[in-house]
Amino acid sequence: MTEPLVTFRNVEKRFDDFVAVRDMTLDIHEGEFLAIMGSSGCGKTTTLRMLAGLETPTGGEIHIAGRLMNDVKPHERDTPLVWQSLALFPFLTARENVEFGLKMRGVGKDERKRRALDWLERMQISEFAERNVATLSGGQKQRVALARSLVMEPRMLLLDEPLSALDANLVIRMQGVLTRLQKELGITFVYVTHSQSEAFAMADRVVIMSQGDIAQIGAPKDIYRAPANRFVAEFVGRNNILSGKVQAVDGDGTHILTPQGAFTAQTPQTALSTGQSVSFTVSADLVSLSTTEPDAVNKAQATLISEEFIGSVVTLFCEGVDDLEFKVQMQERALMALDLEPGAPLWLSWETQNANILGER
Amino acid sequence: MQGRGLNIALTLYVGLVFVFIFSPIVFSLIFSFNSQRFPTIPLGGFSTEWYVKILNDPDVWQAVRNSVIVSSSTAAIATVLGFCTAYSDFRYNFRFKGPYLALILLPPTIPLIIMALAMLAWLSRLGLSGQLWSIILAHSVLTAPFAMAIIRLRLHQMDPDLEAAAWNLGGSEWQAMRHVIVPFCAPAIVSSLCLTAAVSFDEFAVAWFVSGLNKTVPIVILEIVQGNIDPQVNAIGTFVFLTSMTLVILAQLIFISRQIKSHS
Repeated sequence: MTEPLVTFRNVEKRFDDFVAVRDMTLDIHEGEFLAIMGSSGCGKTTTLRMLAGLETPTGGEIHIAGRLMNDVKPHERDTPLVWQSLALFPFLTARENVEFGLKMRGVGKDERKRRALDWLERMQISEFAERNVATLSGGQKQRVALARSLVMEPRMLLLDEPLSALDANLVIRMQGVLTRLQKELGITFVYVTHSQSEAFAMADRVVIMSQGDIAQIGAPKDIYRAPANRFVAEFVGRNNILSGKVQAVDGDGTHILTPQGAFTAQTPQTALSTGQSVSFTVSADLVSLSTTEPDAVNKAQATLISEEFIGSVVTLFCEGVDDLEFKVQMQERALMALDLEPGAPLWLSWETQNANILGER
Repeated sequence: MQGRGLNIALTLYVGLVFVFIFSPIVFSLIFSFNSQRFPTIPLGGFSTEWYVKILNDPDVWQAVRNSVIVSSSTAAIATVLGFCTAYSDFRYNFRFKGPYLALILLPPTIPLIIMALAMLAWLSRLGLSGQLWSIILAHSVLTAPFAMAIIRLRLHQMDPDLEAAAWNLGGSEWQAMRHVIVPFCAPAIVSSLCLTAAVSFDEFAVAWFVSGLNKTVPIVILEIVQGNIDPQVNAIGTFVFLTSMTLVILAQLIFISRQIKSHS
């Protein structure tokens, strides 16, 4: 494997008593689309600002392309950022905004005009080149902001919740624009967001942060199917979490006794001892539902409480023993066939391979 | 119906306030074109005699020249000072920032006569009184708070990310200042120049104390009035009023039009 483009080694950022980022170790590879996701205050934006040099780490080392960057000033870096507020210069036209970075770098007038117009063309907003940015729509401003950063031809583009101000259908469109750009340019994108759908839709790898720590790093699918710990399982959502004690570990898996019944889960790599308290998750879309007792290793009884309808997919909320909430996701037309009423007794079941034991955190 | 009655009453009230404020000025304007020596009604014929008189008075010309030098220099110095303070408030957080800002805003709250005496005492001790630039110094102290207030207001409307965006795009701190902060504040800077120039142009007490033999326009006006009743005062007063009003209106127009633009 080639040398990573960015390495964080035990990086820490404190603001007085508040630790925004704690002991972070992370590699970012050349050409990857990395999303950093978490709720507000988790340290994701601080991480991005450290990459741009807008914050100085209070501990550890950040290297970019092999160079120690801790004390390198923002303007001496090649890390353009697309801001959440977009931060377009309101007194300049769209073209002048795009030219700004080139002007700072001393590129001649004609050359920078040509390159700015090229990028505006590429972002399909060349007809607005001479318009004041204040008069542009949200989506157009977004494209100007992207062009302004990309005209610098960076090896890495930083994006701080760039789509958070757009309406839902525009978000989907811009996601397409971003992933296509990233593929075409082959540069590294570091994308900070609180939105799971944005992160999972676009990123090659996702970093989930919680209270300054990395909770999990992995491909979206791996995080979705096998959350590493309770925080990730709850954050990613639509996971059923069951807790109990280890009964035995054998060739079939790990047998766990919970108030909802005895279940078998995949045996994790870390060793478990008998009697130990553990939790495991099952994705809501991997739970099967029936009105009669199924012939399955893992099954639980529950009553239907409510349903949530999102397009063709329905989430059913059921209550099991000890008021444990079960979520079941299924196709709407499959649900129609079952013809259920709230309060109906149900059987839930799932495959052992879909039950993942959560790590400590 | 009630709302309409109230509306008329309020409009009337505002109208009366304006009449109260502007009638002395309007009368001064009317009498400046009056051929009679004494400001009484009925008016005499229309005459530009008093204007001709002041235009031919070398003392008045010297005073105008002094006033222009003083007010333009004051405007430049006060605006630079005001900009620096406003920026330091915008950019940095430090201990005693509250007292620091209060101290800067203090000069206009001090009674002018006390300010003038203090300035005279201080400048003469330093051997700096009686010069044209003594007035410039004193007026800069007096008007810098206005400059700072106007520019600070504008900076508060700025997205703090803008400056960082300039750094992020390869601009040094100076480049960011020159290409982002100053252009963003340009309307406020022009307003501040106009307003501080207007205040300095009109200011009498401090100028009179520290000026020595260098008379500005308000001082010449006082001297004319002290000598005798002379309608020249009306003419010169009209001139001063128009100059100040032009500057103030210009300041307002520039600042307000930009605000509307950046909010649309």
